[in-house]
Amino acid sequence: MTWRARWRGVLRTPVGASAAALLGAVLLLAVLAPLLWGARAEAVDTAQILRPASGAHWAGTDALGRDIFSRVLVATGTSVRLALAATALAVLAGLLLGTAPLLLGPRWGRLVTATVNVAVAFPGLLLALSFAVIFGAGARGAVLAIGLAGAPAFARLVQTLTATVAGRDFVAAARVAGVGRVRVLVRHILPNVGEPLVVNATIGAGGALLAFAGLSFLGLGVQAPEYDWGRLLGEGLNGIYLNPAAALVPGTAVVLAGLAFNLFGEAVAKGFGVHTAAPRRARRRSPEPSVPAVAPAGSDVLLHVEELRVSFPGPAGPVTPVRGVSLSVRRGETVGIVGESGSGKSLTALAVARLIEEPGLVEARRLDFLGHDLREAPTRAVRRLLGTSLAMVFQDPATSFNPTRRIGTQLAEVAREHLGADRRAALDRAVDRLRAVHIPAPRRRARQFPHEFSGGMRQRAMIGMGLMGSPQLIVADEPTTALDVTVQQRVLRLLAELRAAHGVAILLISHDMGVIEQVCDRVLVMYAGRIVEDLPTAELRDAARHPYTRALLAAVPDLSTDRDEPLPVIPGRPADPAAPPPGCAFAPRCPLADDHCRSSDPALVADGAGRRVACWHADRSPVGVAKGSA
Amino acid sequence: MSELSFENVSVRFGTGRRALTAVDGVDLTVPSGSVVGLVGESGSGKSSLARAAVGLHPVSGGRILVDGAPLGRDGRVGGRRPLQMVFQDPYSSLDPRMTIGASIAETLPRDAVRGSAARRDEVARLLGLVDVGAERAHMYPGQLSGGQRQRVALARALAGRPDVVIADEITSALDVSIQGTVLNLVRDLQRRLRLSMLFITHDLAVVRYVSDHIAVMYLGRIVEFGPAEQVLRDPRHPYTRELLAAARPGGSAAGPTGASALPAVVADAEPADPHHPPTGCRFHPRCPVGPLVHADRTVCRERDPAAAGHPHRTACHFVTVPPAPPHDPVCHGLAEPPAAATATG
Repeated sequence: MTWRARWRGVLRTPVGASAAALLGAVLLLAVLAPLLWGARAEAVDTAQILRPASGAHWAGTDALGRDIFSRVLVATGTSVRLALAATALAVLAGLLLGTAPLLLGPRWGRLVTATVNVAVAFPGLLLALSFAVIFGAGARGAVLAIGLAGAPAFARLVQTLTATVAGRDFVAAARVAGVGRVRVLVRHILPNVGEPLVVNATIGAGGALLAFAGLSFLGLGVQAPEYDWGRLLGEGLNGIYLNPAAALVPGTAVVLAGLAFNLFGEAVAKGFGVHTAAPRRARRRSPEPSVPAVAPAGSDVLLHVEELRVSFPGPAGPVTPVRGVSLSVRRGETVGIVGESGSGKSLTALAVARLIEEPGLVEARRLDFLGHDLREAPTRAVRRLLGTSLAMVFQDPATSFNPTRRIGTQLAEVAREHLGADRRAALDRAVDRLRAVHIPAPRRRARQFPHEFSGGMRQRAMIGMGLMGSPQLIVADEPTTALDVTVQQRVLRLLAELRAAHGVAILLISHDMGVIEQVCDRVLVMYAGRIVEDLPTAELRDAARHPYTRALLAAVPDLSTDRDEPLPVIPGRPADPAAPPPGCAFAPRCPLADDHCRSSDPALVADGAGRRVACWHADRSPVGVAKGSA
Repeated sequence: MSELSFENVSVRFGTGRRALTAVDGVDLTVPSGSVVGLVGESGSGKSSLARAAVGLHPVSGGRILVDGAPLGRDGRVGGRRPLQMVFQDPYSSLDPRMTIGASIAETLPRDAVRGSAARRDEVARLLGLVDVGAERAHMYPGQLSGGQRQRVALARALAGRPDVVIADEITSALDVSIQGTVLNLVRDLQRRLRLSMLFITHDLAVVRYVSDHIAVMYLGRIVEFGPAEQVLRDPRHPYTRELLAAARPGGSAAGPTGASALPAVVADAEPADPHHPPTGCRFHPRCPVGPLVHADRTVCRERDPAAAGHPHRTACHFVTVPPAPPHDPVCHGLAEPPAAATATG
């Protein structure tokens, strides 16, 4: 998304639009008011001293008979100018202090960081007051006071933001390229932290405006004959019982201008941080009537899915990353789903486990697990069924456990929640399950926290958690991707062992054909949200019929790849789930594609033996994939 | 192109009880114009070695030399940087706020390419070299696919006129259908430009495809080094054999049936903690030829195995010919030390 589009997005929200209008008016007034009403504000009229509000003087007059309303308007210039000067000082000092750790190196950097941390802990207003005393009462002293008082908070923000960016690879790459520290800071780091800094400076300007009014009100800020809103407020307050307007008008001006800065900053922060342009909802619709043949729902079918669609609201209408997936898993069967990122394989798995949350929308003609319809809102019984019969294993074992609770307790929770076991029995079962997944010294390990486990051990403990009930199906989403090859073998072996011992069915999602081949009976190949081929794993290497399946197999080097030949590649890039091509989604990359492929999408057709393929040219003899360049 | 050598290099992180020796006395040579594949699991120290070489992390012991000249602390020799690196994740290694042309131009040595027109031409030439198309120089990384970004990252590394290129897991963040194009490009460029490369990966099939030599790293040490085909056909270190078994579909030591060819004690051993490396040979707590299986082999617990003198410089007290096939007649000539000579080059 471009800058301009984001700004437009900010201005289109009601808060953003009104804040921008208000801020524009304040700034305009700051420039124009002294020119338009400067003379009137200075005009002394001894005949009209301390008059209350009237038609001629909307906010009355002061002790010299000057029109207070004009003075408030003219004071906009001074107040805004001084507030901006103080903010500029705070930003500048903050930037210097905040980037110092990067420029000075670790040792001196730590000293600066510590100093800033101490300064942040010191109350800002107190700091401003003491600075005001040091620098003397007056506009310059107040600017220095408020500016320097605001600097530590800003410095801390800059430190945090730059430290995050400085840890990224492109900064390392620039350093390897020989770019100096200052240049790295100016060219690579600051542009990438600019947005939050600008937003915070805007909000800071609102704060400075209020602080300035406060100092002037106390007599520490602007001195006579100069005046700003704080001073006018102070003068007006003396006669508040005679002429309330003299205090209320400058007070209102401070509030309005402060609001304008703060609201604008907030609106921009929201627009740039989290994209909030109201996304268009996916609408629930009845599935298309096309009937792909799936194995009939016999008694041994554990999971039966027909025409599964998963969609998410997007800025340009709903995006549907899963577009009509039909599959079934029998008891004790291991089925693999293979595909590239964006193919919809993980979302399919999540939808089956009922883990897609709002605003995601799951639709299906059928979504049955153990004969229960999972499309309905789950009853207590169904929830218990899912909790004990279906286990889910995620890719990243580091994030799938709660880091603050012991492994054993987390496992035991399943038994207490779904099986109604008491504490001791639940914990015993947890230890037993950890033993079942070959965790050494399970009783001791159960008392440990997730960070004390290695990656492979955590993944096995996660599987152990799935075994707390008596699972009929384990859905494993890239369970070995984050693990090393030798550790990966142990997890795969464990899955195979569970299947052999307990007849558990497994739905294994992976991008790695090798992993699928090792564990699965049957493999489903997904591309752009659809299943394009469904065949026994044993036939994968020799009898795959979809050109994508064949290309995918050929593109991965193995230990027998010819080193003197270029690797076969799939030209082009994976289909964008937000805009799938009209015909076969693979057509733009397919060596067999013709006009028919580009205009109409082939259905997933079953042959007699349970294999399925979605390709108009599935019967053509295998043709080598494009070799060489992409 | 030039030769890169590591002499007894160590890299440490932290101090005191939290200290971690990521690289522990590594000797390794990348001969001029060839590709050395560095294989190992996460935590083996292979990325730390790479980052130390390009000056992103200080070396705490030993020397890194390019053509015999030692690298300074900042990765420079006589004012220039002879090493450039391509990072793992092309989504984070390019500045999102900079056009790809500017990113590449930044790496061009200032004194070698003078004048903005000359620099622009050079950027166009480099983009052409990696098949991206010079007209894309004004685009931002966000407008490119992952594969294209990785090509740009490669062009940026070449822009620094490096003597040696270090590639750190450059295909592991890419989809399989994209991976091939990047590997083809790396091989093609390496052959055309006679690049010396240190190619780091955890994928044996990938390393076999691009490398002339293979070094296997385990817990901060190189445990085996030799010509690629020989190491893969005739692995001598038990750890190399384990890696190979895991990479070979079907033929794995730990088959899908749950029946493991390895003894149960070995199969169930947990990976070592790099913060508390084992004494002696670092592989002994999970080694199928070590004290776990042969109780009399206590030497593994007590002494570090020496690499010199063994085929493939294998750092193991009990270097053996693998118990099972595949045997290849070519390898038998290799039982004598010459492999060590290749290594120290």
